[in-house]
Amino acid sequence: MPNPKPETSKTGPAKLRELQRQFATGIMRPLTPEQTMHPKWTDGRPSADAVAGFIKPNDKLKSIERLEIYNRQYWYRLIDCFYEDFPGLRTLLGDRQFSGMAEAYLNRYRSRSFTLRDLGQDLEKFLADEPAWTEKHPVLARDLVRLEWAHIVAFDGEALPPLEVDELLGQDPGMLRLALQPHLTLLACDYPVDTFLLATRRRDEPQGGASHAVAERMKKKSARKVPRPRENKIVMAVHRHSHSVYYKRLEPAAFVLLTRLREGKTLAEACEAAAATGDPGFTDKLKDWFTQWATFGWFVRPA
Amino acid sequence: MPANRHNNFTEYGIGIGLRVPHYQHILSRKPTCDWFEIISENFMVDGGRPLHVLDQILEQYRVVQHGVAMYLGSTDPLDREHLRKLKRLIKRTNTPWVSDHLCWGSIDGSYSHDLLPLPYTFEAAEHVAQRVREVRDFLEVPILVENVSSYAEFHDSEMSEWEFLTEVVEKADAGILLDVNNIYVSSQNHGFNAYDYLDHVPLQRVGQIHIAGHSKFEKYILDTHDHPVLDPVWKMYAHAVRAIGPTATLLEWDDRIPTFDDVHNEALKAGRFCQELVRAESEA
Repeated sequence: MPNPKPETSKTGPAKLRELQRQFATGIMRPLTPEQTMHPKWTDGRPSADAVAGFIKPNDKLKSIERLEIYNRQYWYRLIDCFYEDFPGLRTLLGDRQFSGMAEAYLNRYRSRSFTLRDLGQDLEKFLADEPAWTEKHPVLARDLVRLEWAHIVAFDGEALPPLEVDELLGQDPGMLRLALQPHLTLLACDYPVDTFLLATRRRDEPQGGASHAVAERMKKKSARKVPRPRENKIVMAVHRHSHSVYYKRLEPAAFVLLTRLREGKTLAEACEAAAATGDPGFTDKLKDWFTQWATFGWFVRPA
Repeated sequence: MPANRHNNFTEYGIGIGLRVPHYQHILSRKPTCDWFEIISENFMVDGGRPLHVLDQILEQYRVVQHGVAMYLGSTDPLDREHLRKLKRLIKRTNTPWVSDHLCWGSIDGSYSHDLLPLPYTFEAAEHVAQRVREVRDFLEVPILVENVSSYAEFHDSEMSEWEFLTEVVEKADAGILLDVNNIYVSSQNHGFNAYDYLDHVPLQRVGQIHIAGHSKFEKYILDTHDHPVLDPVWKMYAHAVRAIGPTATLLEWDDRIPTFDDVHNEALKAGRFCQELVRAESEA
């Protein structure tokens, strides 16, 4: 081998970095409708010329065709991940619209995390900025995205040591502040998206164990329609219990109480806000609510 | 007896990848399996079912960690948050080694989530070796570097892929996770002799072997991990094991995953190669 003379600088291997930038420019650009690489490079040159400058052709493939393999893999992998993470939104929008929306989102919000788990974290913001993607059902779509992201957080989010009911007894409500589990999300929705998403997941879930036939069955089941929900305000907590994710509907007063606690209010302040909702049975329900929430392990010590 | 100083786990036998469709079967039936390989990033989470399942697996089985997102060849700074989470997982699993790929995958903070090829230059080799050393110092566990399958070659390359791999592991004093399927795939895509690769790579550094299936297209081969291992790859595996000796071997099957028994039976073919090798050596 020849003697190594690496051209490194204080800021790192500059030549390697430039090559990686060129490669990434090629593979992260959206594909054409024919699933080929974009014909023009970012500077207006033909992509074939730009790619030939850094990738070798071989006897079977041109330079651009070799990079195109990675270009396809990039988009197929990321959009597949979106299909898995947002089945409710996909059902609402339909495959074609969902796929276009996912591509537009990923083009604007490139993955900034080592894990694909975080890929959709900015989707709600994106849809607020670009409402055209969900123009027929913007509020329903927003509610679904919030629920589907909350599901991801509940699935593998952090769980802190929970406070027991006994630890809450005898405390001064005017001084007591309680935090909620990081994996718990409180959601106020204009549509009953919980039942819609559960119906979608039931439709799509594989029957039985691993086998080649599962994918085929899923395709057939995906063809079945899930009725779109009608407007009907709900509030719920999306949380994890015994390693499973649950969507728990809440009464409005309970939702207000938990929301205030999460905001850092004292227990007395939270109860006062909840009572102001006008729920006539509020006082009677309070003990049952707290017993149940403590059983779920929702309460933790504030940081 | 360890086969070499990077292969202290000669007796580890044949493992398979721990995959979600098999969780229920493994936890309820507790089938015999020498060890499971986990994708580290799938368990670098803060809580929930993934870690619950992992803890149950760890009660019954040996687990080895394999990473897909360290991006040893990236020119972005090493992701310290990623490394901290990885180290936390290492403490949980007690993995005897960790492996990741000889590739890059992120640039300017954007992640491709792919194993992208490097130019085979001295600059790149020095850069990767430096990062391998840094990662090993931080994780305090042996690191094996895996060769990837690739579909593109660079004008900038100054050496062959096996020379590049050698340059990296020698400079970093690291081990190799030799993926014989990846060698086969790249040999077909780039037109080199796969056995030249096997015969020139420093086999005394091989601590683990990967085998897998691939898919043939008209003009190239894709590393899809969705088929049984094909004959040319078995032949290469036999060639490698003859040269290295028994080595911890892992069958990768990541897509169109069949039943646990189907995957395990495919993996056990590798065990038979190793047993025949040991028998032949003892008779000699």
